[in-house]
Amino acid sequence: MRIEVDIRKTLRSAAREFRLNARFSCDDDIGVIFGASGAGKSVTLRAVAGLETPEEGRICVDGRVLFDSRRGIDVPARERSVGYVFQDYALFPHLTVEDNIAFPMRKWWQRRHSPAVARRVADLVEIFELQGLARSFPWQLSGGQRQRVALARALMRRPALLLLDEPLAALDPLLQERMRGELLSTQWLFQIPMLVISHDPEDVAALASHVVVFDAGQVVRSVRIAGAPYRDGEGRANHAAIRRVLLDGGAEEPQGAAGARWREAT
Amino acid sequence: MPVSQDVLVPLLLTLKVAAWATIFASVAGVAIAFALARLAFPGRELVDAAMTLPMVMPPTVLGYYLLVLIGRRGPIGAWLESNFGVTLVFSWQGAAIAAAVVAFPLVYKAARAAFEGVDRQFEQAARVLGKSEPEVFVRVTLPLAWPGILAGIMLCFARALGEFGATLMVAGSIPGRTQTLSIAVYEAVQAGKDDVADFLVIVTSVVCVVILVASGELLRPRRVAA
Repeated sequence: MRIEVDIRKTLRSAAREFRLNARFSCDDDIGVIFGASGAGKSVTLRAVAGLETPEEGRICVDGRVLFDSRRGIDVPARERSVGYVFQDYALFPHLTVEDNIAFPMRKWWQRRHSPAVARRVADLVEIFELQGLARSFPWQLSGGQRQRVALARALMRRPALLLLDEPLAALDPLLQERMRGELLSTQWLFQIPMLVISHDPEDVAALASHVVVFDAGQVVRSVRIAGAPYRDGEGRANHAAIRRVLLDGGAEEPQGAAGARWREAT
Repeated sequence: MPVSQDVLVPLLLTLKVAAWATIFASVAGVAIAFALARLAFPGRELVDAAMTLPMVMPPTVLGYYLLVLIGRRGPIGAWLESNFGVTLVFSWQGAAIAAAVVAFPLVYKAARAAFEGVDRQFEQAARVLGKSEPEVFVRVTLPLAWPGILAGIMLCFARALGEFGATLMVAGSIPGRTQTLSIAVYEAVQAGKDDVADFLVIVTSVVCVVILVASGELLRPRRVAA
């Protein structure tokens, strides 16, 4: 699976103007988009999903052109076959866990799920350990449970690519550790490539086989970190090497705006 | 008790007129509210003001406008009469139109606030999950806005039940045909039939209180997932 992104967009608000110029490609299982908040990570991910229209550029997933301003291609979000896990999950508050998961497969005139859909919902409920919660409403769930429902719902339609916007930021540190493991096993189980937004170096170390570093609307580095010197034979992370990639592309001392901002944040 | 003719006939007529008025006003109100909540265009707030106008204009003035439009010599009224042989003035249908126009802003305002209160992220989630725009509306936007819309519909119904001025202008006060509850109360008092007036007033009050309590219940903030 190859994801190619090359887009430009200018966002204006009363206070400031923000220029996004994102260009990267990623061939690996889990790509992490890393950067400080306001660096343009979310806009980029939303553009891949079709929720945001770039002014110009091209987005291509596995050879399929989703957006190309020059050829006038802009595939609507509903036809892009991507799963999207929103930062606060966006579970439908008026639907139960079961109906949230089945939502993509259910036509509005259907009162019940077809047997095939019901079977798939049951499978997903089991995989994501949501047994006993099928008839609960989102507000009755914990943060971790909500995230698992959001994952199950996003995977229901068997998308070609899964996009996750800061999936771990809303969770407490203990739960974060567990959810990293769950994301890895989800990737392994469903064999689906993921693009994950994060501002936490721990996420990069635990998840990423490729990291794209954003700073002030620009991609400053796009590095494959699946092998040496970033990981050893068993895939264990070399934290120091990864840290250098995140801070300043392998320089010994963090330099530049990204480094300064990162040092400030930690 | 002066039940039967004096109360039952205007009560049933009023319910019929208010029900049709509510259906018309609700369909139009929800559609226009959704369009104005979602489409940004120059002059949007001007249209909003025009839609709200019936709430502040005197009902008799509204009734006069309606007479000009749908009266037998008005542009719409003349067209209806020559093409379909339909006369709206002095008919219960005319009363329903008058009540619909007067009560429209209540459902329109409530629906617009309800639509604007729906987090757009839920709609985006539905789109990414493969839903077309009509499905997004039916399965996500409308259900999430529904409590607010329903409260507006009930207020609209209550307002239509009590309509007096515009209805009297358009439909007159023909007992059994266009004499609704509130007009019947007026006629009963004028004619010195205090017992009939008492009973009509109590029936009307009970219906209004029930509707207000029910719509207040629907408008109370509910628990919604983050």
